[in-house]
Amino acid sequence: MTPPLVSIEALSASSVREGGTPVLRDVSLTLERGEVRGLVGESGAGKSTIAKALLGILPETIRITGGWLRFEGRDLLTMPSGELRAMRGRDITLIPQDPQTALNPARTIEAQLTDGLRMKLGLRGTALHARAIELLEEVQIREPDRVLRSYPHQLSGGMRQRILIAAAFAPGPKLVVADEPTTALDVTVQKEILRLMRRMQERHGTAVIFVTHDLGVVAKVCDSVTLLYAGKVIEAGTTADVIEQPQHAYTKALIAAGPRYDRPGQGLEPVPEAIFRQLRAELAGTAAKGAP
Amino acid sequence: MTDILLDARGLEVTYGRRHGLLAKSPGTRVLHGVDVSIRRGETVGIVGESGSGKTTLGRALLRLVPVSAGSIRFDGEDITAASPERMRAVRRRMQMIFQDPMASLNPRHTIRTILTAPLLLHGVAPNQRAAEERAHATLARVSLPELVLDRYPHELSGGQRQRIGIARAALLEPDFVLADEIVSGLDVSTQAQVLRLLKDLSREMGLAMAFISHDLSVIRAVCDRVYVMRLGRVVEEGPCERIFANPGSDYTRLLIDAIPLPDIDPHWLDSRVPAGRELENTHG
Repeated sequence: MTPPLVSIEALSASSVREGGTPVLRDVSLTLERGEVRGLVGESGAGKSTIAKALLGILPETIRITGGWLRFEGRDLLTMPSGELRAMRGRDITLIPQDPQTALNPARTIEAQLTDGLRMKLGLRGTALHARAIELLEEVQIREPDRVLRSYPHQLSGGMRQRILIAAAFAPGPKLVVADEPTTALDVTVQKEILRLMRRMQERHGTAVIFVTHDLGVVAKVCDSVTLLYAGKVIEAGTTADVIEQPQHAYTKALIAAGPRYDRPGQGLEPVPEAIFRQLRAELAGTAAKGAP
Repeated sequence: MTDILLDARGLEVTYGRRHGLLAKSPGTRVLHGVDVSIRRGETVGIVGESGSGKTTLGRALLRLVPVSAGSIRFDGEDITAASPERMRAVRRRMQMIFQDPMASLNPRHTIRTILTAPLLLHGVAPNQRAAEERAHATLARVSLPELVLDRYPHELSGGQRQRIGIARAALLEPDFVLADEIVSGLDVSTQAQVLRLLKDLSREMGLAMAFISHDLSVIRAVCDRVYVMRLGRVVEEGPCERIFANPGSDYTRLLIDAIPLPDIDPHWLDSRVPAGRELENTHG
């Protein structure tokens, strides 16, 4: 039996700086090949920490204190660093949050887009250029030749994000980690980027970990979702189940707290304090009593 | 006394215009003749994507950027060319809450100074003691404990800082408040608290408000009426009830349709967002 593509088991981590405050508490989740899973939660939920752990870019201030982070059955936490380096950027790639800062302003798009192809796939010369053109065409960039000669500041935010998507899918990864990839974009651009990501993911059969704070984005893009609070998994399941039949009071309150253009008056009711009390009690490992 | 508190006609703003002998430039026009009127006690949304001119419009209404054409009347008075002295007096009645409270609150001042200094500056409070009394009362109104008075902005959470921004604007008992993207960096639960507070305060104080946001769902939660902007023009204006149920402009429809609501809809991703040039009927 093949193991799932990603299997995170009882992963715990803490902040070195803040006197060992836990940032992940016994987090478990699995991701099958070709699955799109949303990691959702408010700030401090630990969603970015999980993404960074998968990419091996955890800051030094965060220490893993327990658990396993398996990719195709092998624990990334104990894998030899040479193997790990070869794998990252090839089997696991990233679509970053801010297309503005993710690209080097002093280098052309072609130079940046082909770095990975040169290093990870060993392409050179005309083959490299042809592949770069092909990649931009795949993310529906018109005039790919002109764009390849451009510098980041000459392109719009949406265009830059398309290029970063092209770069993330270029080496043929098995897993793409998308860290709030549309947060900085206008809503119309966001929709086109979400459509593009989903299409690329389906065409290549790539699994995606989609980090976001937006339950609306999860509902439209993800097959499954894991909701976190303060480093703990609060609820997980298929997107349809979690969105349409949330089990935890926090999930329900979070959905109700978001404003909606089709429901006047929604978006003015904060998550009730009683629910935060219940969450804190659950974090402390004691059963909450009397909470709704 | 008229019902209209703030009335702008044909507003134009041009950035980077030069008249010098060596450097002449016609500049870039970012507002093309915009009309906006806001009634007393009314909350008006100004929505648009980046480059729509919504932030410039807000600043122009407060005369924080130079206006190259058009007129602004506040409470019946033409303030388009009002002197700096005159504007100082008007500014007490027109307050602003910014997007990033961290950038708008002086990091070296305690919350006490941040809240009391404007009261003394505008002569709303005769002395420090009176100013502190008012600061205490306002702090309680925005549900912050008194101990934050001795804190610095960086010691507060994002939601708390935004409450301070609101408190500072409310302290001067203005007639009009401009709120520019004030919840865009906040978590949804914090956002709901801030929106609720702003809505309650505006009702209690009879405040008129221009609420600038890129988020139509947020606009729907707090505004009575909305202006939809695109490329420096007002594309559509009307009561939220009508605009959200039955937008008159293709552009407004496109903005609404692009919002991902937390509902399961397997076909939402199927439909493409039309490019700007494919739109007809976008100018009213």
